[in-house]
Amino acid sequence: MLHDVIRRFVLIAATLALASLAGCGYNDFQRLDEQSKAAWAEVLNQYQRRADLIPNLVSTVKGEANFEQETLTRVIEARARATSIQVTPEMLNDPQAMERFQQAQGQLGGALSRLLAVAENYPNLKANQAFQDLRVQLEGTENRITVARNKYIQTIQEYNVLARSFPTNLTAMIFNYDPKVGFTVENEQEISRPPTVDFGTNKR
Amino acid sequence: MNRLHLRSILPSGADRYRTDRLGRFAVDGLLLILARLVLVPLSAGVVHAQAVQPVPSLTARVMDETGTLDASQVQALEAKLAQFEAERGAQIVVLIVATTAPEDIAAYAFRVADEWKIGRRQVGDGVLMVVAKDDRRVRIEVARALEGAIPDLAAFHIIDRAITPAFRKGDFAGGLNAGVEALMARIRGENLPLPEPEASPSDSLTLSDLAVFLFLGVPVAGAVLVGMFGRKIGALATSGVAGVLTKLLLGSLLLGLVVAVFTFVFVLALGIGGGRGGGRGGRGGGFGGPIIWGGGRGGGGFRGGGGFGSGGGGSFGGGGASGGW
Repeated sequence: MLHDVIRRFVLIAATLALASLAGCGYNDFQRLDEQSKAAWAEVLNQYQRRADLIPNLVSTVKGEANFEQETLTRVIEARARATSIQVTPEMLNDPQAMERFQQAQGQLGGALSRLLAVAENYPNLKANQAFQDLRVQLEGTENRITVARNKYIQTIQEYNVLARSFPTNLTAMIFNYDPKVGFTVENEQEISRPPTVDFGTNKR
Repeated sequence: MNRLHLRSILPSGADRYRTDRLGRFAVDGLLLILARLVLVPLSAGVVHAQAVQPVPSLTARVMDETGTLDASQVQALEAKLAQFEAERGAQIVVLIVATTAPEDIAAYAFRVADEWKIGRRQVGDGVLMVVAKDDRRVRIEVARALEGAIPDLAAFHIIDRAITPAFRKGDFAGGLNAGVEALMARIRGENLPLPEPEASPSDSLTLSDLAVFLFLGVPVAGAVLVGMFGRKIGALATSGVAGVLTKLLLGSLLLGLVVAVFTFVFVLALGIGGGRGGGRGGRGGGFGGPIIWGGGRGGGGFRGGGGFGSGGGGSFGGGGASGGW
C-alpha cells in the first residue's frame, strides 16, 4: 500500500519535473542562443569580406597618381584597427567589447564611403574597370552587412525578451543567461541632428 | 478622424454629468486617457505605414505596377519565366514600381524579396528584379542559393550591359528580356537540382487519398460512434457515413456500398467500444490508425491550379547589384 503511494508520488514528481523543464524555456534559450551566435557569425563574416576587399581597393586607388592621400591612409588605418580587434563569442555578452568593435567597424565604413565619394572627382579612376568592379562588390558587401546586422538584432531581441520576462527569467538567472548586446548606431547624435543644406549660395 | 469620433461620444456623457463637476472632470479625464491610448499608437502606426512603400502581394512572375509594359509584353515575359521554371526550377520574378522612395532601391528590393521568399522550398533559388521607373534605378536581388551563379559583379554587369542600355532608349521590354536571358544563362551554368517531373497533378481526390482517409478515419470514428451508441448502431452509423462520403467523393454508388459494407464488418469485427469500455475503445481506434497508415501514403500534395506562387524557400542576404540609367 505504502509502496504504491510512493510509486505514484515519484511518477507525479517526474512528470512535473519534465513539464517544468519544458515550460521554463530552457530549450528556447538553447535554440535562441545558438541562433544568435549563428547570426553574429554571419555579421562577422560580412565584415571580414569587406576587410578582404579593401587591400585591392587601396592598390587600385594608389594607381591614381594624385589621389587624396589623407583619405586613403584613413581607410588603411581604419581597416588595421578594425581587423586588430579579437572577436570571441564571449564578446556578445560584453557591452564594452561590442562597442569598441562597432566603433572600429563604423569608422572603417565611414572612411570607405568617404573614399568612394572622393573617387567621384577622379574621372580616370571612375572609368577604371577594376575600380568599378570593386565598388560594386563593396556595395554588395555593405548591403549584406546591413542584412546580417538586422538579422542579428532580431535574434537577440527574441533572446532578450525571453531572458527578461517571467518565468523564463528565473531560468536565465539560474543558468546565467544574460541579455545580449545589440547594435546601436555609431553616430546616433549626428543622425538625429537635421542636416545642414548648403546650396553653395554663401560662398559668394 | 479619431478625435471626431470621441467628440461624438462626449455629449451624451457630458449631459448626464452637467451638474456634477466631479463626474464631468472624471469623464474628461477618462476621455483624455482614452484619446491618448487610441490616438498615439494609431498615429504612430500611420506614420510608420506611410514611411516606406508597401510590399505588393505576389500574384505573377511579371508584376508591372506602372503600366509600362503592354499586355502582350507582360505575357511573353511571363511565359518565358514560367518555361524556365519548368525547365530548371529556379524562380525569377520581375517587379516594376514607380518609386521606392524614401528607401533606396536596395533596401526596398530586399524587403520585397525577404517577404516573397522566391525560390524552391528545398533549393531556395530565386531572383528578384526590381525596376523603379521614376527613380531610374534597377536592382537584381539574388537569393543566397544563387549567389554563386550570379555574384554581385555578374549582376551588375547584367544591369550595366544588358538592361540599362535598352532602358535608356525607352525600351523597357527589351531591357528586361535581355536581363532575364542573361540571368537564365547564368543559372543554367549552375549545377542546381532539376525540378522533378510533376507527379500526377491531381486536383481531385484520388483513390489513395480516399484509402488513407478510410484507414485513418474509420477506426477513430467507429470507436467514437460505438462508444456513443453501442456496438451495432455505432457500426451501422460509421458504415453509413463512410459509404456516403465515398459516394460523394468518387461519385460511384457501387463503391460507396462496398465501402459501407466493409466498414460495417470492420467496425464490428474490431470489437472496439463494446458496451461500457468506451474510453478503451477510443484508444484502440487511435492505435489502429497509425499501424495501417504505413501501408498507404498520401499522393503528391495538392497544387493550386493556375496562378503563380512563390516556392517560399528563397533566403535573401542582400546579394545582388543595383544600377541606374
